[in-house]
Amino acid sequence: MAEELRIVLRHLGKIDPMNIDDYLKAGGYQALKKARGMSPMDVIEEVKKSGLRGRGGAGFSTGQKWLFAHRMEADEKYVVCNADEGEPGTYKDRVIMENDPHSVLEGMAICAHAIGASKGYIYCRGEYPDLAKTLKNAVDQAKDKGVLGHFDIEVRLGAGAYVCGEETALIESLEGQRGEPRYRPPYPPVSGLWQKPTIVNNVETFANIAPIIEKGSAWFAGIGAAKFPGTKVLTLTGDVKNRTFIEVPTDTTIRDVIFEFGQGIAGNKKFKAVQIGGTSGGFIPETLLDTPIDFDSMRQTGATLGSGAVFVLDQDRDIVDVVTRITQFFEHESCGKCAPCREGTMRMRRIMEKINTGHGNKKDIALLERLGRVMAGACLCGLGQAAPTPVITTINNFSTDYETRLV
Amino acid sequence: MVNVKINGIQVAVPENATILQAAEAAGVKIPTLCHHPDQAIKANCRICVCEVEGLALLQAACSTPVWDGMVVKTNSPAVLEARKTILELILAHHPQDCLNCIRNQNCELQTLAEAYQIRENPFEHITRGLPRDTSTPSLVRDPEKCILCRRCEYACSEIQTVNALGLENRGHHAMVVPALGKDLAESPCIMCGQCIHACPVGAIHEKEEINELLAAIADPDKIVVTQMAPAVRLAIGEEVSLPTGAMDMHVLVGALKQIGFDYVLHTNFTADLTIMEEGHELLKRVKEGGKLPMFTSCSPGWINFCETYYPDLLDNLSTCKSPQQMFGALVKTYWAEKMQIDPAKIYSVSIMPCTAKKYEANRPEMNSSGYQDVDLVLTTRELGRLFRMTGLDFTKVQPGKFDSWMGAYTGAAVIFGATGGVMEAALRTVYEVVTGKTLEDVNFTFARGMEGIKEAEIDLNGLKVKVAIAHGLGNARKVMDQVRAGTSPYHFIEIMACPGGCIGGGGQPITKSNVKREERIKAIYSEDAGLPLRKSHDNPEVQQLYKEFLHEPLGHKSHELLHTHYTPKNKKFL
Repeated sequence: MAEELRIVLRHLGKIDPMNIDDYLKAGGYQALKKARGMSPMDVIEEVKKSGLRGRGGAGFSTGQKWLFAHRMEADEKYVVCNADEGEPGTYKDRVIMENDPHSVLEGMAICAHAIGASKGYIYCRGEYPDLAKTLKNAVDQAKDKGVLGHFDIEVRLGAGAYVCGEETALIESLEGQRGEPRYRPPYPPVSGLWQKPTIVNNVETFANIAPIIEKGSAWFAGIGAAKFPGTKVLTLTGDVKNRTFIEVPTDTTIRDVIFEFGQGIAGNKKFKAVQIGGTSGGFIPETLLDTPIDFDSMRQTGATLGSGAVFVLDQDRDIVDVVTRITQFFEHESCGKCAPCREGTMRMRRIMEKINTGHGNKKDIALLERLGRVMAGACLCGLGQAAPTPVITTINNFSTDYETRLV
Repeated sequence: MVNVKINGIQVAVPENATILQAAEAAGVKIPTLCHHPDQAIKANCRICVCEVEGLALLQAACSTPVWDGMVVKTNSPAVLEARKTILELILAHHPQDCLNCIRNQNCELQTLAEAYQIRENPFEHITRGLPRDTSTPSLVRDPEKCILCRRCEYACSEIQTVNALGLENRGHHAMVVPALGKDLAESPCIMCGQCIHACPVGAIHEKEEINELLAAIADPDKIVVTQMAPAVRLAIGEEVSLPTGAMDMHVLVGALKQIGFDYVLHTNFTADLTIMEEGHELLKRVKEGGKLPMFTSCSPGWINFCETYYPDLLDNLSTCKSPQQMFGALVKTYWAEKMQIDPAKIYSVSIMPCTAKKYEANRPEMNSSGYQDVDLVLTTRELGRLFRMTGLDFTKVQPGKFDSWMGAYTGAAVIFGATGGVMEAALRTVYEVVTGKTLEDVNFTFARGMEGIKEAEIDLNGLKVKVAIAHGLGNARKVMDQVRAGTSPYHFIEIMACPGGCIGGGGQPITKSNVKREERIKAIYSEDAGLPLRKSHDNPEVQQLYKEFLHEPLGHKSHELLHTHYTPKNKKFL
């Protein structure tokens, strides 16, 4: 039986998240101390060698990102923790922050040392007001204890826009602007918050940092998939027996996630599909279940690891109806800045509704495919680029579900 | 320099160039909608996307910098599919009434729809059902047509710093609206109309009043008298396929008479008069310790801005009415007397490069003649439409002459149309008034050109006068903040609301970039240079006006007819 491996959830259930002394007793902030004894370049080198890649969905090398910001000359740099966990079916950041807020602060402080920042922000999802209290408590206690040194952290609450999970929209929102993505380049490590070099990393990414510094890059690089090492926290939802969160090495297969950790399909039904990575993730059929969950393996199948949401559908689920609802979500969450997303998400919803109500034809499928290609290639940010994925992957992998609906 | 290959064409471009600029250097045109040469990059329309070798996603040409060895395809099948699809998406959510649209044949979206062979749109046509906003006398917003390029928002907020327009709602419900979803009239909009030039489509435009003019011309009981601003002649040619500045002044007069104006006079006359009044007002303030610095008051957009954002500094504004309103007050008094015409019958029409002038003419205080001083304001664009409607062939129009008493002008009046022009005109007169000497070189070149803020110290026989010139309200704001902070070193400040001055006014032919503004400025100074009289106080008709009617600058009659007062706008939510 496959087993969990807890790195970011190492303190889960073992410490009181509201009491910094518990974290300190468990060896907390020792990694920060160690990092501060190292040169910033050595810290970055260590993170790079560990092979850690961003856990927010884009999978970019964390050390490389830090290096970009480190190299920039600026009077101020910022470290931003993306805790705007808006992906439906995902609550892994909440679990991490609820149970071990200091592991995130420690990761941020190590990053601050590496890039030369003195100010950090945690951008917390607006729907997590209690979590903001936990985080603020942690920051206050860390300040009282003096463990953060000259690094200051502020907790900010989002206002409920899904797009603000996109790092440049998040930055705009932090600045007090409308939450809209910026064009890139320049990327945030070069020009981010208030045009200063800025690292935006996901909660889970930061939570990995202290263990890497503490135990060394070789230890981390040896865990899971070679090119996407470490673990991933996954949240299992939908028609699995065991709806829970798990932390597993990245070479774990989708089949093990669903049938071992998830204990299979509820109600003794058959598996139909799984959507991984959140609402913009691809729908995966049974034939691909032996794919490991790591970023690159998933990418090869046309799906994504994304945030690590695992949404399981049993044989009785109506794929076309599910996808229609997903298109409503993207229509609602598009910020409206770029034309293909603003108009395209609305059109996708309309065409999917037409098909779902039995009025669609083959031309509509072809139009969805064209719209999907254009949005994936031409939209300004990841929201619009990924919004067609559920539509396109279900057209590809579950074509009969569509065909039986057509006029 | 870096080497880039665009569609197989090798070009060397500066390192910080974008794909769009590199393509231009290679002679390849990439379509744009949200891009504007005088604005920051937005990259939101995505029409300019291109394929870049080595990158999986299409890249927006307007925002993506080139690198050495970059290989770009601007017309690959994937690019053409993306552009066409994006155009179809925009068009399916845009009114299909091009024939009735004010921007018919002058619309960037229409041009692209033609070029990309948009025929049957696979997306069902839907509209938003948003009402037009006709709340102001100057501008009409038609949000139904808005394609959310955000160029107007940039012009309003970043260039003009008026902040009347912003985005509301999300996704396809997003729309550009005045603050808090109010009507434009309730917003801090100052009616400058720079949003019109920024708009690629017909989502915002001047309030048209051509029909009112035609009715007045057709009315036998009305005597239709017109004035036109100096910036009109330069640009009106652009409306009838002539080069900038090429319209002959007397042919223009002939054309106006052919259309049916009974008398054609010139705002230039009152521009010269403005210099007489404003110049003396400045000297009076300097000598008697009045409020300084004094601000010019010709630009009604600027007046609105000052009343909205700097109500504490209204005493610094010259009390002189704008040339349009001085003209309006005189045409129904002095001129009517001279011509022995019943002022009640005079229908006073003003042709202006400006949308704010429509608002100004409607100000309740602008009736010192005993009537509404100016009955109707047409923009240069509306005059262009009128010319096209009446089918004038400008190669055959017979030149006409300005009518008497208020048609003579000097070069000093002509340059009122460009940034720095009022300052230069004032200095030409003030110099001679103060020193009693003849000014040999009338060219104050420091005052000319598109630089945002210009300044100088002028020595008037020992009296040192510090002056500044700002155009575009973002620049004005910088100068004004100094005044408010008490750190302004100036005695006299010229401010024009629009970039480039009136030649770039909101009522001018759609102006796609500052390059066109510079062309018009060039034309204005060459007109000035070619005139026999170049100082306002040399204007014989102005001299006669003082002799027979006003008696002296700042005198009793002047005070009654030519000067005004200002009121804070008290916009509640500012």
